Amino acid sequence: MLKRMSQGLIVCLLAVVMLGAGDANSRYGRIGHHMMCACGCGQILLECNHVGCPDSDRMIGELRQQVASGGTDTSIMNWFVEKYGATVLAAPMRGGFDNVAWIVPLVLFVLGTLGTAVLIRVWKLRSGRHIPISAAVGASNVDGMRERIRRETEY
Amino acid sequence: MRLHPMPEFGSFTLLLALTLSAYTLVMGGIALWRTRSGRLDAGAGRLGETARRAGISSFVALTGAAFALVWASFTNDYSVSYILHHTNRALPTAYKFSALWSGQEGSLLLWAWLLSAYGFVLRIRHRVDVRLTAFASTILAAIQLFFLLLLNFAAPPFAIQPGPVPQDGFGLNPLLQYPEMVIHPPMLYLGYVGFSVPFAFALGALMMRYPGEKWIHITRRWTMVTWLFLTCGIFLGAHWAYSVLGWGGYWGWDPVENASLMPWLTGTAFLHSVMMQEKRGMMKTWNVWLIFSTFMLTILGTLLTRSGIVSSVHAFASSDIGDWFYGFIIVIFGVCLFTFFKQKDHLKSENRLESLVSRESSFLFNNLVLLAACFTVLWGTLFPVLSEYVQGTKVTVGAPFYNRVNLPIGLFLLFLTGIGPLLAWRSTSLRSIRRNFVLPGIAMGVTFIATMVLGVRPWSAGDDMQAELFSLITFTLAAGVTTAIAAEFLRGAGVVRTQTGKNLLTSTLLLVRRNTRRYGGYVVHFGIVVMFIGIAGGAFNQSREQEMGFGDSMQLGPFKLVCQSFTQDSNPNFDTEYALLDVFKGGKKLTQLAPEKRFYIASQTSSTMVALRSTLANDLYVIYEGKNPDTDKPIIKVFLNPLMNWIWIGVLIVVFGTFLALVPNMVRVAVPARVPVVAPIAAEAHHA
Repeated sequence: MLKRMSQGLIVCLLAVVMLGAGDANSRYGRIGHHMMCACGCGQILLECNHVGCPDSDRMIGELRQQVASGGTDTSIMNWFVEKYGATVLAAPMRGGFDNVAWIVPLVLFVLGTLGTAVLIRVWKLRSGRHIPISAAVGASNVDGMRERIRRETEY
Repeated sequence: MRLHPMPEFGSFTLLLALTLSAYTLVMGGIALWRTRSGRLDAGAGRLGETARRAGISSFVALTGAAFALVWASFTNDYSVSYILHHTNRALPTAYKFSALWSGQEGSLLLWAWLLSAYGFVLRIRHRVDVRLTAFASTILAAIQLFFLLLLNFAAPPFAIQPGPVPQDGFGLNPLLQYPEMVIHPPMLYLGYVGFSVPFAFALGALMMRYPGEKWIHITRRWTMVTWLFLTCGIFLGAHWAYSVLGWGGYWGWDPVENASLMPWLTGTAFLHSVMMQEKRGMMKTWNVWLIFSTFMLTILGTLLTRSGIVSSVHAFASSDIGDWFYGFIIVIFGVCLFTFFKQKDHLKSENRLESLVSRESSFLFNNLVLLAACFTVLWGTLFPVLSEYVQGTKVTVGAPFYNRVNLPIGLFLLFLTGIGPLLAWRSTSLRSIRRNFVLPGIAMGVTFIATMVLGVRPWSAGDDMQAELFSLITFTLAAGVTTAIAAEFLRGAGVVRTQTGKNLLTSTLLLVRRNTRRYGGYVVHFGIVVMFIGIAGGAFNQSREQEMGFGDSMQLGPFKLVCQSFTQDSNPNFDTEYALLDVFKGGKKLTQLAPEKRFYIASQTSSTMVALRSTLANDLYVIYEGKNPDTDKPIIKVFLNPLMNWIWIGVLIVVFGTFLALVPNMVRVAVPARVPVVAPIAAEAHHA
């Protein structure tokens, strides 16, 4: 079991290590899917199907040019931010306050999970020891108790 | 002076509905005040009855108003500004009807009318619990009053167009001229508005310190039906986006979509956690705030999309009714907070959680995950506003953000969907865990290996690694959850078979009919699994764009498309350009597709009509993007979307499961009113 788990872990690590590899075409696709069309249609650049869009063709051409020129993903995105403003990025990616967008949900989720686990633990401790059913209920009340068990265990 | 009989009738009925709702609120409130603490007061009883009847009558008045607007649409009455701006003479009949909800004023009227319809049913069924219903009715009247104030003073649907009456209207937004658009908004609104009812019952029950959990039994069907409407509304919208918007996807994380998803997430959390209150008298405060939040999120969503706070492709732009919603949401929150603090001793839990490994804790984590997803959506929707406030720059929060943050949350939820029902109430023993998890564990292992053998190998997927990893985990978890659900059915059916001697199929049917809620819930879970499979298929999407003249071909995956012709046509509503493309696979012709681009004459706007070949394995999704002005040849974009149909099939299964859960059990077991528990039961609770 332990062996299998460690194999799984290695697979995941390998997967993470290999993240980021790719040719120019896939880079074009990846970066293009992280940018918005500037025409205001609210669509991802490579998905903009706005008929007669004044911007998408030009922007796609610029993206191809930038990718071909060999710049890094970050430099290409910075180039677009310089030209079209921060709203051209499909997600907050410029560092600084933009990081808050990513951190807050994660922190709250982790805190929530820990809080829930602690809450359950505290409740469990407070609820004390279990009392055996026979001690908790007199023989005369067994039917009532059965009914309660049925009620509490019915989905 | 011109006469406008129908618009004037509409305005009059709106004013009448406002008066009746105000009467229901004030007189209903007075009657409840006079009969507080269970005091008998015949006069107050009669006053309460008049308030109830006024509430019923407000439905009749609002029906009159809705009828007047639809009538104006059908009779091309362009003296009404709303009709002028949202219809035209050539508009097909069905869309003339849908003009009722295609603009700000009309959709607010639809909201008010649906609210009055829900109120009508609630007030007719008041004998279920007269006093609790009176509270709920009064609260509903307060909500209705707000919408009627808006309709009468801020966004009147019967406003008269100044000057001479134009001969034709400006037409309906072309994107809304699609059959699903006739039912998607009403479904969504039925969901939004419907949450007012459980909210009203919860607030009413808290105000009157309602003893026991009967109010939950009363509202259970309301909540489930409302949830079902919202589910259908959301997915009809997704299907519409997929079929009409022509970008190859179905969910764009637009603020309007987000606004519908947030109450759905909290509503789903409520449907789960409320079971803990029903069964064990726990989580009372949590549940009350969940339903309060769900209702407030429906209003917040409306505020976001109608106030211009966030920009959206299909929001109602910036309008001045945003201030009204700010005021309303503050009042609701104030009332909820005040009532909660005043009555919070009534919400004390009767039991405590006893084990981390129990059904209760799985519900808690389920709630945590759903709320985390809801928060993420809300956070992403509001972050551009926050960013502008903090750093002076508005940023975009789009699909890459939501996908990255919500995917792990979604997978955790899928995991919980599988293990939750396998855990017993109160506490689960190690032996029980081993017994219940063996089969799902094996299924997951086999699927993991089989999926990799079939070619899903994230580590060699390059840039698609993350998407393929998500798919691999999804397929693996889906197998585990499906096996767990199937095992639950088989285990239960086995017991019934032993008891009755019937065959397995009959025993399964008997099992389901004996506890429709539980097994309907399992079916819903299975539907969610199927939807996840469909979503995971998105990791393998392919697309290609090409100029295609007569005889030109394009290869995408196993499909070859050959252009047979391209032409144009026109009718009074729109001009159209389309291409006829033969689709081949392995040299055999499968079908002919006709992607189209329309130009709507009245509104002077264009729209694409997607051509789709849909099978269980994949969707071939073809768009006519326009013509290259240099070559005069059409530009065709083709997507190959694997497993797409599974999403819609999953939704159908969810709908079926919800219907099943709504059916009363075959053998009705009388459940006595819950009494506070004096001592815990030690025996490990078991299923069924």
